[in-house]
Amino acid sequence: MSQVASEPVTAVETPIRLQYRYTAGHATTRFLRALTEGRLLGQRCPRCRKVYVPPRGSCPTCGVPTDEEVPLADRGIVTSFCIVNVPFVGHAIEMPYVAASVLLDGADITFQHLVQEIPAAEVRMGMRIEAVWAPREEWGPSLENIRHFRPTGEPDAAFEAYKEHL
Amino acid sequence: MRDVAVVGFAQSPSVRREDSRNEVEMLMPVVEEVLAESGMGREDIGFTVSGSCDYLAGVPFSFVSALDAVGAWPPIQESHVEMDGAFALYEAWVRLQHGDVDTALVYAFGKSSPGSLRDLMALQLDPYCLAPLWPDAISLAALQARVLLDSGRITEADMAAVAARSRRDARDNPKAQVSGDRPAETLLEEPYLVAPLRLHDCPPVSDGAAAVVLAAGDAARRTSARPAWIRGIDHRIEPQALGVRDLAHSPSTARAAQVAGAGRGPVDVAELHAPFSHQELILREAIGIDGGVAVNPSGGALAANPMMVAGLIRVGEAARRIHDGSAGRALAHATSGPCLQQNLVCVLEA
Amino acid sequence: MAVTAVLSADHVLEYPYKRSVGPVIGRFLTGLRDGRIEGIRGADGRVLVPPVEYDPFTAAPLDEFVEVGSSGVVTTWCWVAEPRPQQPLERPFAWALIRLDGADTAMLHAVDAGDIARMRTGMRVAVRWRTERTGHIRDIESFVPEERR
Repeated sequence: MSQVASEPVTAVETPIRLQYRYTAGHATTRFLRALTEGRLLGQRCPRCRKVYVPPRGSCPTCGVPTDEEVPLADRGIVTSFCIVNVPFVGHAIEMPYVAASVLLDGADITFQHLVQEIPAAEVRMGMRIEAVWAPREEWGPSLENIRHFRPTGEPDAAFEAYKEHL
Repeated sequence: MRDVAVVGFAQSPSVRREDSRNEVEMLMPVVEEVLAESGMGREDIGFTVSGSCDYLAGVPFSFVSALDAVGAWPPIQESHVEMDGAFALYEAWVRLQHGDVDTALVYAFGKSSPGSLRDLMALQLDPYCLAPLWPDAISLAALQARVLLDSGRITEADMAAVAARSRRDARDNPKAQVSGDRPAETLLEEPYLVAPLRLHDCPPVSDGAAAVVLAAGDAARRTSARPAWIRGIDHRIEPQALGVRDLAHSPSTARAAQVAGAGRGPVDVAELHAPFSHQELILREAIGIDGGVAVNPSGGALAANPMMVAGLIRVGEAARRIHDGSAGRALAHATSGPCLQQNLVCVLEA
Repeated sequence: MAVTAVLSADHVLEYPYKRSVGPVIGRFLTGLRDGRIEGIRGADGRVLVPPVEYDPFTAAPLDEFVEVGSSGVVTTWCWVAEPRPQQPLERPFAWALIRLDGADTAMLHAVDAGDIARMRTGMRVAVRWRTERTGHIRDIESFVPEERR
């Protein structure tokens, strides 16, 4: 950025760029490896028995390691959601789209994913959904193996079933 | 003042690259161990405070996710400093002075292996005129070493002697990262890394974590047979601009030591946070440590230097020697910022 | 739980910071753009370079600018045999604290001396200006030993 010579300098550009080699750690690695085989893996806290997905190797409320692995179904419910009408840099999804908190059957914590194959206005809390996987040859160690979730058509879950997970 | 003591200390081994565990996984066993040593459960802790730096591993707000290692439920009283854990310990000590809680957990973690530590430390500098030049941490320490060498107060052989002794002592420390018995004379045959510093004058890049439990009054006496009482603790900082400071001396350390009462009696052991060999010589002079005192029997930061942790380890190591009866009075020092900019001194007694 | 080789991935953290500089640093950077170095007089009369908004010892606001020389004396230095990415020079160079003529404090910059044998404390160095200047500390490309000018 060059400035006109007579004007005082009021700002300076000081970009920073740092390179890292990020390591996933045990729990996340096992979660991601399971995803490459089309499986969803959670971990159960030995103390409070809650099941976390994605697992981080510890229970955030009890502060103890979560060693026991729990296979989880690729279906569950929408506990909450929002309808996105504003594009973000780098996003290639058609507007509007639904970003939802997904509670897998058997899990005690939600994660974010897309809900599609239903008009945004018809998505609702408690709606039953299932994963739509990308073609197997595209699978990698990523949650992107699941393209999105879609309604199963089952009756909605009762508010009582997920009120603890909002 | 309320009497507050270090009643527990635990640390992970310091390693060059903790590949298999994330920060939470590194920290959790350390927290488990320090609580067990202190005979406490998580519910017995009144205040929790940590020291860490997000830039090390490049994970924004990593101190928030690190709370997974302590279990923040039901909601706990918690704080964090973007500094070495020794400064978190100072906050815990102040917090315990309020009198409404009797125990504090202090932890620190640093995983430097994912990034380039010496380069990213430039981000702690003045962002207008210094950081855009990217002076690395080793180079800034080298500028300070040259000031000392030019003053005639030390020689490169003195610096090598500090490194040789630190590595020798580290052989008895299973948590240390660098140890050995090469004499100073052969260390001096090595090439310069950033002249006048050689590799042995610089700390290793370490991944590690540590935790300390503090307890006040009767709570300390209940949990420890021999609490390490904090008889004085203070920290002081110098101006930011390197060109304004007297790099050959550490007036901030001298002032902190004075306020902490370091000179009120002899100490049996001093754990000084001197990441670079010449800095131990500056600190010895600033605190007034004579030749009879065991300095850094753990090997010090030249043997293991997990960033944001190594200062807290100094307090823990000093306290451990009071706990095990090998010392009656001990001094711990921690530093932060380039070229010993900020310094903490803590005096511990049986 | 079976041991699994952990996954790792490259990760780049980038922030395109643009900082407001205020009247004091702004004037210093404006000077650099125009090929001039200005310090500021501290509460004790010393001239501080680079200038600071507040006195480092008394915290008094400072406003008396003083132009200093574009050459000065090396007060300490170190030799970077292998420059790091993003540093001012790609070939071996010295970092130095340099007290410019007329200044009482030293500023950090690179000295392009070519060889460690040319470096010594107390040597005189002079600014080598960048041709295209924008009002940035890197408008000073580096310092060079004065006899080589």
